[in-house]
Amino acid sequence: MENNMVNVYFFGKKYSVPGDLTIMTAMEYAGYTLTRGCGCRHGFCGACATIYRIKGKNELKTCLACQTQVQEGMYVASIPFFPTDKRTYDINEIKADQRVMMELYPEIYACIGCNACTKACTQSLNVMQYIAYAQRGELEKCAEESFDCVGCGCCSVRCPAGISHPMVGLLARRLTGKYIAPETKHLKNRVAEINAGAYDELIEAIMQKPITEMQELYNNRDIEK
Amino acid sequence: MFTETMMESIKKVEATRAARMGTEPRRMTAEEKSELLKAYHPDYRPEGFKEIQIGPNKGQKAPVELTDLIHSNSRLLGENIDLSKIDYDVDVLVIGGGGAGSSAAIEAHEAGANVMIVTKLRIGDANTMMAEGGIQAADKENDSPVQHYLDAFGGGHFAARPELLRRLVMEAPDAIRWLNELGVMFDKDEDGRMVTTHGGGTSRKRMHACKDYSGAEIMRTVRDEVLNRKIPVVEFTSAVELIKDDKGQVAGAVLLNMETGDYMVAKAKTVIIATGGAGRLHYQNFPTSNHYGATADGLILGYRAGAPLLYQDTIQYHPTGVAYPSQIFGALVTEKVRSIGAMLVNKDGEAYAHPLETRDVSASAIIRECANGKGVDTPLGSGVWLDTPMIEQIHGEGTIEKRIPAMLRMYLNYGIDMRKVPILVYPTLHYQNGGLEIGGEGFTKAIPNLLVAGEAVGGIHGRNRLMGNSLLDIIVFGRNAGKAAAAKAKEVTLGKMNLDHITAYAEELKKAGITQEGVSPLLLPKYACHER
Repeated sequence: MENNMVNVYFFGKKYSVPGDLTIMTAMEYAGYTLTRGCGCRHGFCGACATIYRIKGKNELKTCLACQTQVQEGMYVASIPFFPTDKRTYDINEIKADQRVMMELYPEIYACIGCNACTKACTQSLNVMQYIAYAQRGELEKCAEESFDCVGCGCCSVRCPAGISHPMVGLLARRLTGKYIAPETKHLKNRVAEINAGAYDELIEAIMQKPITEMQELYNNRDIEK
Repeated sequence: MFTETMMESIKKVEATRAARMGTEPRRMTAEEKSELLKAYHPDYRPEGFKEIQIGPNKGQKAPVELTDLIHSNSRLLGENIDLSKIDYDVDVLVIGGGGAGSSAAIEAHEAGANVMIVTKLRIGDANTMMAEGGIQAADKENDSPVQHYLDAFGGGHFAARPELLRRLVMEAPDAIRWLNELGVMFDKDEDGRMVTTHGGGTSRKRMHACKDYSGAEIMRTVRDEVLNRKIPVVEFTSAVELIKDDKGQVAGAVLLNMETGDYMVAKAKTVIIATGGAGRLHYQNFPTSNHYGATADGLILGYRAGAPLLYQDTIQYHPTGVAYPSQIFGALVTEKVRSIGAMLVNKDGEAYAHPLETRDVSASAIIRECANGKGVDTPLGSGVWLDTPMIEQIHGEGTIEKRIPAMLRMYLNYGIDMRKVPILVYPTLHYQNGGLEIGGEGFTKAIPNLLVAGEAVGGIHGRNRLMGNSLLDIIVFGRNAGKAAAAKAKEVTLGKMNLDHITAYAEELKKAGITQEGVSPLLLPKYACHER
């Protein structure tokens, strides 16, 4: 075990930890009880945004602490909260057009094209590209390009224009899901049928069946190929 | 990134792949399934359980770790909480900021109630966020809510409460409609038809998805809606006990600021427990796919106040948790990987079972293979192969990146390209099938004005849950609880608030001779090295 230990620095303080741990489990190994900066622990929630630099190297890197293995000489600072700016709106009142971005997130037009957001993305998304789509009102493309965003905010931390990228992507996705994607007719029909009581008797009937009959029905039901 | 032994076994998997393509392993008979479960499912290991000695479920068994929390005293015992100093006064108090809590809050707000959410981490730090595969609803022409009922009832071993399951399946299409109208981006074809697949135990393809970020897409949308409506969300604040009044009604909760350690009092006419699951209790030392805060807090709060549990002894182990590499041990590998074609294969390259048996059966079969030397050894145990390259062969190159991008990304982080090589999996603690007992309208029967929604409920699914029915239940029962709580709040008059049940509970523990160390609810797992 000892051969595999690495030195890492949490907030500048040195700890020796097993090299196969993630940054998150290494912090716990070192004795931290996490309240902030720890959510799903599996790369989906964005709670554990982290910035680090390897000793002797110049580049600042961003990552999710739960998805990143420790390395020798890692200087680690977690960013458990960053004041991104979510604008509020009524989803039923706004329209899926270019103006909505101009009104709610005008700062996206102050993008200087430095690409720091893309470099900082912990999900390897093309963040600057989806902001460009938003600028042009190409909401569906913005939604698609930003879809895998976990909202960790590392992009916003690095942005010289003060853009809250995850919020822009989220708005584009909600507009796409609600207004741009084609309507689902079979869904609409089924909801109408249920509301009209079309299944009331059938569901009552199956609820009343004895267990033995249910077992029979279940074990012999046809399964769609 | 795989070891040499693993690479040797991969060769056997590759050798049988061509012959396996286009075939479908036989599904087990009811008798075979029953025998397999008894022999290998963790719910059948007596050493994993302990008898509950006090309270409404006295004499029944529960997982050891949960029983220990039930046998613990309140952290407020001996504390001097001033209930006359009220910090928050609302119609509806929602405890928990996951999918169920957020849906409940939106509907309560829609109904005009003064509603607030308290959550011990951030809103959205919840199992909902991590659900990958999809959400069921019988909305296609060849399907019906009745067929959905049959699949779920049989898959849950005929133990679901009919009035709860009825609500689940009948309100499923409307839940999808509601989410779609909030802006959730479901996978659709160009005509607007939902792209749907099978899950384990479904008889119709009714699994709706948002790539393999289904839960994340739902969670971030409902969270955004909560924030748009300016519903107060008090984060990093946990509810540590319910407050009752002199009429025995629930009257609010004592809150704990997780950062400062201060206690606060929230008074409420109705309370919704939406605290989620228990994976972080690591029953039988299993790893878990759950989020950091999944410690069964709501079950403890409700139980101490007198609400009974149902099916607390049945736990879902998701068949495919990550077995290797160890950095992501226990993380979820979505069932969708099997829905779109990957087979489960043992170390000899043999597809030993149908890939889409129900989760309890599938998990038991993996445990059986590993126990009988048919698993591949890993640093933390063993596992079987999930033959992911089959997906690209069946549906064409690029399918994995398009349909399961989160899985691809998770493995690529560790140098494993699942498009080219299979991955190693082993069951992971995934879901608490049981929870607090509610009636068809969402209220507990024991405590007036107390509702439960989401994973904290017991009885919706019976003794096993099908894939895609949990994302569904948090929306259906979350929405219902929000509406019901808002309506009920209009007619509630609260009496004098008290915490008498805490001292009564302590007396009962004493009488039973229980001297359990520690306090409950747990709030967060003990992971720091000095706490272990």
